[in-house]
Amino acid sequence: MNKMTTKNVDVFYGKNHAIKDVSIDILDKTVTAFIGPSGCGKSTFLRCLNRMNDTISICRITGDLLMDGEDIYAKSVDPVQLRARVGMVFQKPNPFPKSIYDNVAYGPKIHGLVDSKSDLDEVVEKSLKRAAIWGEVKDRLNESGTSLSGGQQQRLCIARAIATAPEVLLMDEPASALDPIATAQIEELIDELRHSYSVVIVTHSMQQAARVSQKTAFFHMGDMVEYGDTSAIFTNPVDQRTQDYITGRFG
Amino acid sequence: MIDMTELSKKHRSPQAAARLHKRNAAQKRLKYYGILAISLSGLALAILLWSVLGKSAGALTEYQIQMEITLDAELIDRDNIERADFSQLSKDMLSNRFPFVNGRTERRGLFDIISSGAAYELRDLVAKNPNWVGQTIPFDFLASDIADLYFKGAYGQIEPITHRGALTIQRDGESLAFSSSDADFAPLLGNVRARLLARANDHRIEAALQENGRRVFNERGDFVEAAKRKNNRDFELAQAEALEALAAQPDGVFELDQFTASIFLKLGQVWVRVETISSNAGTGKILGDIANGVWEASDWQLLIYNSPPITRKVSDVQAILLETLREQGKVSSGINRHFFTSGDSREPELAGIWGAAVGSFWTMLVTIIFAFFIGVPAAIYLEEFARDNKFTRLVEININNLAAVPSIVFGLLGLSVFIGFMGMQRSSPIVGGMVLGIMTLPVIIIAARAAIKAVPPSIRDGALALGASDLQVSMHHVLPLSMPGILTGTILGMARALGETAPLIMIGMVAFIVDIPDGPTNNATVLPVQIFRWADFPERAFEARTAAAIMVLLAFLFTMNLTAILLRKRFERRW
Repeated sequence: MNKMTTKNVDVFYGKNHAIKDVSIDILDKTVTAFIGPSGCGKSTFLRCLNRMNDTISICRITGDLLMDGEDIYAKSVDPVQLRARVGMVFQKPNPFPKSIYDNVAYGPKIHGLVDSKSDLDEVVEKSLKRAAIWGEVKDRLNESGTSLSGGQQQRLCIARAIATAPEVLLMDEPASALDPIATAQIEELIDELRHSYSVVIVTHSMQQAARVSQKTAFFHMGDMVEYGDTSAIFTNPVDQRTQDYITGRFG
Repeated sequence: MIDMTELSKKHRSPQAAARLHKRNAAQKRLKYYGILAISLSGLALAILLWSVLGKSAGALTEYQIQMEITLDAELIDRDNIERADFSQLSKDMLSNRFPFVNGRTERRGLFDIISSGAAYELRDLVAKNPNWVGQTIPFDFLASDIADLYFKGAYGQIEPITHRGALTIQRDGESLAFSSSDADFAPLLGNVRARLLARANDHRIEAALQENGRRVFNERGDFVEAAKRKNNRDFELAQAEALEALAAQPDGVFELDQFTASIFLKLGQVWVRVETISSNAGTGKILGDIANGVWEASDWQLLIYNSPPITRKVSDVQAILLETLREQGKVSSGINRHFFTSGDSREPELAGIWGAAVGSFWTMLVTIIFAFFIGVPAAIYLEEFARDNKFTRLVEININNLAAVPSIVFGLLGLSVFIGFMGMQRSSPIVGGMVLGIMTLPVIIIAARAAIKAVPPSIRDGALALGASDLQVSMHHVLPLSMPGILTGTILGMARALGETAPLIMIGMVAFIVDIPDGPTNNATVLPVQIFRWADFPERAFEARTAAAIMVLLAFLFTMNLTAILLRKRFERRW
């Protein structure tokens, strides 16, 4: 089932044509990976999906981006509301310099998702548990989120994102700043999250894409070259560029 | 073509070693410059504090003279105590206590040993205790500035001198002659002789001027004028020679004047001010009561006041009165409550810093409300919300330029806009605070913008991605994280505002204000203006008060900065 659909999306940074005519369907309860060399536009495209590009004044977007059939760039849609439904995790862990608890509770609080303190406690606990970090932090919820290690911080950021109860979770190279152990934990987590959300992950690592995703899109110089089942892309790419990239001939 | 392997050989060449040495030397030099600079500034600070602290010590205590005063029921109406003339009552008390002080100048000197404010304090005390009327009560009269400085030793001290001879007194009414069996006064004559020689020198200078004049008139052919000048010259020379001859005499009789050290005799409890003196005899004025006729003093003391009267505000008679009171145990000192609790006054002993401190407090309160609560939102708007266009860039340039505008210009603005156009009350902390607020505004805006810029974009992205609105991002994340930087800027701006004098003079905060301001709309003055005014007053007692006021200003500044630093600590977070 389609969660998000994009049709003929073009993105311009001033005069720079960053994304060229990308059409893609992102399925529900599926992990979709965006791969491609640096500067190919995969992160830019990801940021279109929750309108994070709105904060860049020179950025211009054309084409249709739909979520559950609704245009997310329509005048009636407030990006604040949209971002509550489409969560995002960034490349570099960016916990707020507040307590671990406050980090996770921030989203539910500002969106008024819960009515009581006990409900909020429950949401925080559930989110931390789903982000597989509860065991490590349950005794130190009042400590600063920035006191955690890199891998823990990233899982905290994931917990923070899922505490807002989004429908789609965007991940921009979530494991690139982490060591292999933390990466493995994050990957395990992504696989787990697939059962509840539609997850879109941008990654440099093709092994990671192969491990965690069911669908893969290959971007190159602003074009979406190829999109399909992950197994198909990695074993039997149609396009020569995809073939070259996954075999390590460039990128 | 450059051969890179050749280049890498250069690292081991002697030139490379020399370069390294030079670099290390430069680094060391810079280190020593730094240490030197810090030591110099530390030294400057230490000297400043030491000098101000040392000077201000005199203002921390005040002296009181306890004397019995009779609250004559005839002069004080029990139902209308406020109307009674306590000033006259105090003067009468002093006259009765020291009946030997006569003559206009000396009587004025007598009244001047207590503060003019003492009578009002006595009135207030009696008003609270009306049943005292008709009784004689002891009262602590506040010492005047002159008396206070005398007790603190600012005018030097009267010192006893050893003597060997027996003193024969011959009293005839007011005047008194005395002679010692030994040459007891000989050591004191150096001072008077030097004075005579100085006077002779003055005559010689005058003679030289006259001689010059004589020559000029001679050349012009005006022989009448020349003759006049010649006469004058000869007269001056004769005077000089007479004085020099007198000074050379071993047993001459010398006159004491205001340029010579004062000499006193003390016969029991009674003081004598010496007027003429030779090596073993002299005459003087009795200040007290002693027996008439010729008699031998069994108990006498010789004293010298080394500062000549011209160099001090306290007269000989006043010094004697104060010494007498001190000997009687009537003089006590305590913390200078007038300085710490009252407003300004022309009388140094009544002048206090509290009025100016409260004025500064109200002014700073208005300043911080004005500058902080306009400056921070302005910075947030410019940094987080405003589009980057020509207009905002113009605003930005203007703000940066405003920070460099001389403060007096803001005073002019306050005068013309707040007082002239808006008709607000001059001399009031609200106007002063607004003027200083406008002056501080650009500093706070610039600091706040820098602090807001320093908040990592990842924090903004993180919050935005959770669906926080722009306002929520600013209020929940950016503002708390930039608060330490904003507060640092605020400290700098407020410290500058606290020390500002010029713009406040423009809006009339330099007025002489005695009352403690109750609120920002009362007339008030501020600490730096008070210091500026006191530094200008001629009374010597204001010197210590000025220094003490500087210490109060520094303490005010310290408290303000400490508050800001503590606040900043609360906001400081790691990320």
